[in-house]
Amino acid sequence: MAEPAAAAAASYPATRKRLTEQRKSRLTAYLFISPFFVLFGIFGLYPILFTIYLSFYKWDALGPMRYVGFKNYELITSDPTFWISFSNTLIMGIMGTVPQIIVALLVAVMLNSALNKYKNIFRILFFMPNITSIVAVALVFSTMFGNNGMVNWLLNSLGLDSVPFNSGWWGVKIAISTMVMWRWMGYNAIIFLSGLQSIPTDIYEAARIDGASRSQQMLYITLPLLRPFILFVTLVSTIGALQLFTEPYVFLGQSGSGSTRQEGVTMVTYLYDEAFKNGFFGTAAATAVLLLIATIMFSLLNMLLSSRMGGERGGSKA
Amino acid sequence: MSIAVTAKKNPDEPGIGAKILFYLLLLFGAVLSIFPFYWMFVVGSNDKTAAFQIPPLLTPGTEFFNNFSRVLERTDFFRALMNSAVVSTTVTLSVVFLCTLAGYAFAKYEFPLKKTLFVFVIGTMLVPAQLSVLPLYVIMAKLQWIDSYKALIVPAMVNAFGIFWMRQYIASAVHNELIEAGRMDGGGHFRIFWNIAIPVVTPAMATLGIINFMNVWNDFFWPLVVLKNRENYTIQIALQQLFTNKDGLDYGMIMSATFAATLPLLIVFLLFSRWVIAGLTSGAVKS
Repeated sequence: MAEPAAAAAASYPATRKRLTEQRKSRLTAYLFISPFFVLFGIFGLYPILFTIYLSFYKWDALGPMRYVGFKNYELITSDPTFWISFSNTLIMGIMGTVPQIIVALLVAVMLNSALNKYKNIFRILFFMPNITSIVAVALVFSTMFGNNGMVNWLLNSLGLDSVPFNSGWWGVKIAISTMVMWRWMGYNAIIFLSGLQSIPTDIYEAARIDGASRSQQMLYITLPLLRPFILFVTLVSTIGALQLFTEPYVFLGQSGSGSTRQEGVTMVTYLYDEAFKNGFFGTAAATAVLLLIATIMFSLLNMLLSSRMGGERGGSKA
Repeated sequence: MSIAVTAKKNPDEPGIGAKILFYLLLLFGAVLSIFPFYWMFVVGSNDKTAAFQIPPLLTPGTEFFNNFSRVLERTDFFRALMNSAVVSTTVTLSVVFLCTLAGYAFAKYEFPLKKTLFVFVIGTMLVPAQLSVLPLYVIMAKLQWIDSYKALIVPAMVNAFGIFWMRQYIASAVHNELIEAGRMDGGGHFRIFWNIAIPVVTPAMATLGIINFMNVWNDFFWPLVVLKNRENYTIQIALQQLFTNKDGLDYGMIMSATFAATLPLLIVFLLFSRWVIAGLTSGAVKS
């Protein structure tokens, strides 16, 4: 962060007035940022601390709270559904983000290509999925992925067997990850595009003169220079994937019961059911704490992997 | 960036076949991107069987208003639309104002703990929203805000992403000389912010505003938790209610509703799309 404001403050001539002037400007700054800290304190930090506290109590949100130690954690970690929700979250997370990011990168390269004369219109078209509500997306996809739906018709006409998209173990996961991919691919492509546009073109010209092929240019120039963007996109996608809720909730909760079946239960749908269906706020809080720990762990892993990747590909970095 | 398409000398110049393949791929992706919107309208404008016809029906029908009238029988669709509009507009105005204010302070003021506080703001983005949902619900119950707009609006009035976004933009777009000149002329801190900084950063504010509006409009989890009474449903909850309908699913009705609910956002997006995308591509991710 550059600190030009310091210079501006220091250039004030009147030395006697400086102290009060500085104090006034500091006060103003604190005043300007205070709404965030006040609101976050009440509606963010306090609830988070309370969740951690709550995870050690048995509570139904109405009666008195009873301290139970690590009992809530034992309860959920011995519940098979919790582990199913955990593995579902990971499987759908990987299925929904890894291919998506690769495709987004390729799309960004194509959008950025000098060949492409219709950049603007394609950018808008690819970005459009991101503006729909997840509820609408889940509804549309549930008709397309219905047992007699369009996707199965397509599979059949290609000579393949139907896939039970709303009941099969893999079927549900494929349908839900497809929704995630459809919604976020274009958005991520636009983020990558902004990265590509920040790479100066003369680097490529120099590489071409040195005889680098297209794939070499991609591998040794584009990818290393895109590293901050790849890190940002994977980080945001990881956090999003761990919080997957609406897609499975709407896609599988269509029978009127509002319940999600085992094939699509995620950590957040599990948390939601524990708290708002079963009234077990303690175990729900413990689930939330485990979710936070998982988020931190996967975010760190992500950053570690991304920095490795850049280190190898980037060769000699200053 | 104008690699002349006609320059034959360029060894990288792809052949006509490659060009066709290139556009076919892009076109294929674009069709996949917009097909669900079209499908929504096809099902919403045909009779009940349209969703599962073999082979799939691909042309719009004439039943849209019939289907939509059944939506109006079951939910207070326009009321829900109004609720969403009121909540999204209020939140967006507040977010844009408060995030610009905070971003300006982080970009242009010096104060103790500035870096620590800024890192803290960024750090809050990593915390899953669901973590605080239970106590937040309890707080709302204590404040008697359950089932009211306040529960949706107040906690969302400012956010970390917006502060980060505005700080990045203000740091490079608002020149210190301008601020200094304002001070010389005896302008107060807020006056300088309002009259000098704000006019320079309106593009970033607009982008933030549209992104935020879409996010709030599409939010599902939190409204689902705090809204109990039909009259207060936002459009997303109203849509979901149509879906959990016990006497068989009427897809024509459902899709006419989703289409009608998506249309306003689609129009807003298409009107401002250049702005949104330009904002995102010149955006704050960089440093």
